[in-house]
Amino acid sequence: MQALYSTDSPLAAWKKVVRPGEVVGLKVNGLAGRGASTNVLLVEMICERLREAGVPQNNIVIWDRLNADLESAGFRVTTRQDRVRCLGNDTLGYEDELAIYGSVGSRLSRTLTQLCDSVINLPVLKDHGIAGVTIALKNLFGAIHNPNKYHLNVGDPYVADLNMLPPIRQKVRLNICDALTAQYEGGPSYMPQWAWPYNGLLLSLDPVALDSVGWQILERKRAEKGMKSLAALGRTPNYIATAADAQHRLGTNDLSQIGQVEV
Amino acid sequence: MAKEINSLKCETSVSLPNSCCEQETADAVPRDSVLSSLRNDTAMEHDRRTFLKLASVPCLAACVTSCLGGWSGFAVDAAPLPAEDSRFIVEARFYEKLPYKKTRCKLCPRECVIDDRERGYCGVRENRGGNYYTLVYSRVCAAHVDPIEKKPFFHFCPGTMAFSVATAGCNVNCKMCQNWDISQSRPEQVRSTYLPPKDLATVAQQYRCPSIAYTYSEPVVFCEYVLDSAEAGHALGIKSAVVSGGFIQQEPLKKLCQSVDAIKVDLKAFSEKYYKEVVNGELKPVLDALVTMRKVGMWNEIVYLVVPTLNDSDSEFRALAQWVRSNLGVDVPLHFSRFYPQYLLKNLPPTPLETLERAKAIADAEGLHYVYLGNIPGHPAESTYCPKCRRTLVGRIGFTVTEMHLRKGKCEYCQQPIPGVWL
Repeated sequence: MQALYSTDSPLAAWKKVVRPGEVVGLKVNGLAGRGASTNVLLVEMICERLREAGVPQNNIVIWDRLNADLESAGFRVTTRQDRVRCLGNDTLGYEDELAIYGSVGSRLSRTLTQLCDSVINLPVLKDHGIAGVTIALKNLFGAIHNPNKYHLNVGDPYVADLNMLPPIRQKVRLNICDALTAQYEGGPSYMPQWAWPYNGLLLSLDPVALDSVGWQILERKRAEKGMKSLAALGRTPNYIATAADAQHRLGTNDLSQIGQVEV
Repeated sequence: MAKEINSLKCETSVSLPNSCCEQETADAVPRDSVLSSLRNDTAMEHDRRTFLKLASVPCLAACVTSCLGGWSGFAVDAAPLPAEDSRFIVEARFYEKLPYKKTRCKLCPRECVIDDRERGYCGVRENRGGNYYTLVYSRVCAAHVDPIEKKPFFHFCPGTMAFSVATAGCNVNCKMCQNWDISQSRPEQVRSTYLPPKDLATVAQQYRCPSIAYTYSEPVVFCEYVLDSAEAGHALGIKSAVVSGGFIQQEPLKKLCQSVDAIKVDLKAFSEKYYKEVVNGELKPVLDALVTMRKVGMWNEIVYLVVPTLNDSDSEFRALAQWVRSNLGVDVPLHFSRFYPQYLLKNLPPTPLETLERAKAIADAEGLHYVYLGNIPGHPAESTYCPKCRRTLVGRIGFTVTEMHLRKGKCEYCQQPIPGVWL
């Protein structure tokens, strides 16, 4: 965090993420249960840092698509006002009106639109059997009522279009990809035979850059294991390039322009 | 200040069903919502759109309700039913198991390959531990008593009412869908009630409906419920009519044809391009389905929603009519229906009347016997004419049958047999 925000202390970095009084959403990925979901301990540590940065615990909301997903990932669902809240979209439901951009027309989660002022996106680093990979951009599928409609054509341009919706584009401040355990094949379900301890966290303000780097990590692991590339399997996640194109400008996918700082 | 979650809760997030599908358009359509009327005593706020829908229930609905007043066959849940309600979860009948607990759905041509704990494109079928389940068996989110003409069926029990039901979900995503709030939702996102097949048949009988219509969303995705309900209906002498996009594999289609009495297919266009860009589906499987229906003797009618600039060229109308004549025959009713801006296609105007009349003229010229225009109440092309003596057989204004000159399936003037299912 210090390196990312060029600060002298972790506290100063976290204070740059959120503004005083904001309700901060932590968008985790709990679909695959404990094996390949956002690590509960990591989320607890982030909550602790946010509290140290002055965010009251009742202004922190851990959320994902379903309460059941959260519970299967090891989170405890609670809406109590005196502690960190943790809830699926099934608690507050979705907006009545459609949010539309390009190929996407969806009802957004009220947790995102009404409860949270800002969002820290906490995806995992995983292969995806339909969309190629699922990292930061695709994690926001958990913010809409109809993600099943957007897996056609390897998710392109749906994933990019979804991230253009103003509540997503404006509220997501930071992406922290949990790559403590990553999975290079068989996703999105947890497949232990294809998971490995990458033992890393990938932080970025730019979700496109994060996805580009994460995709390369998965490709390298596939090659190391003698597996075909995603392109050879017809699963190139072209939505990442679409997210970087002139229409979207959500970030850059040019690896030569992405500065990678290892700490 | 922490925002109060309770203050953000709002029941209006749950969609009330529209009463008609994209072809059964919303232009001053008389409607009766059984679920809606039963819900009046629930403490539910309405958003503007829902309020307008409910406030617009017109005279026919009132008439039907008054005829049937006092009956309350099933209760309506005050909140969305949980996804895990086991009453609705039944193993799917058309799928195959794959390695690593994956499944391949064999219901529609999309053939979704689904990981454990994931759902297919339709959003209502889920892989659980390598087995595949429908989540919408008996999970009815819309129930109305509609004129059969509203489906539209013009050669199937004309002048009668159909007990019409839907569940959530659809296997395509048409940009002009009028019922997107149920068709593009997951079952747990809409209000539903439990209505098992035998109860559905009983309710239809109590409402004096000679048929059950499976409509509004996409019956293909609640196929198991349709099959069992059709059987339950037949046991009580009630027919079953399906209103579908026809995007279905051959095996489930053949099962369906063995069980139901009529299928109306929404043929969205006559080009793959339109199916890819506007429907998110494919044309060829739909045409194959129509041919199969015809081969097995299933009564079917076709609706073609004419969308300005997208599927309204003379060449497309002509190619469609020629294909129908060559592959299905001249006796299949073809309804050209008027489009109204909806859902993701609000940038286009309603279909001009001249366009619809041009479509009809082309199809007539190709020799089709029963070409209708829909969603234009009062137009002469809503009525059925004898192809031999040209006299009016079934007069219609909107969904109301004004005159009937059919006797035992024949023109009462010249005795010409008229194809269809007649009571």
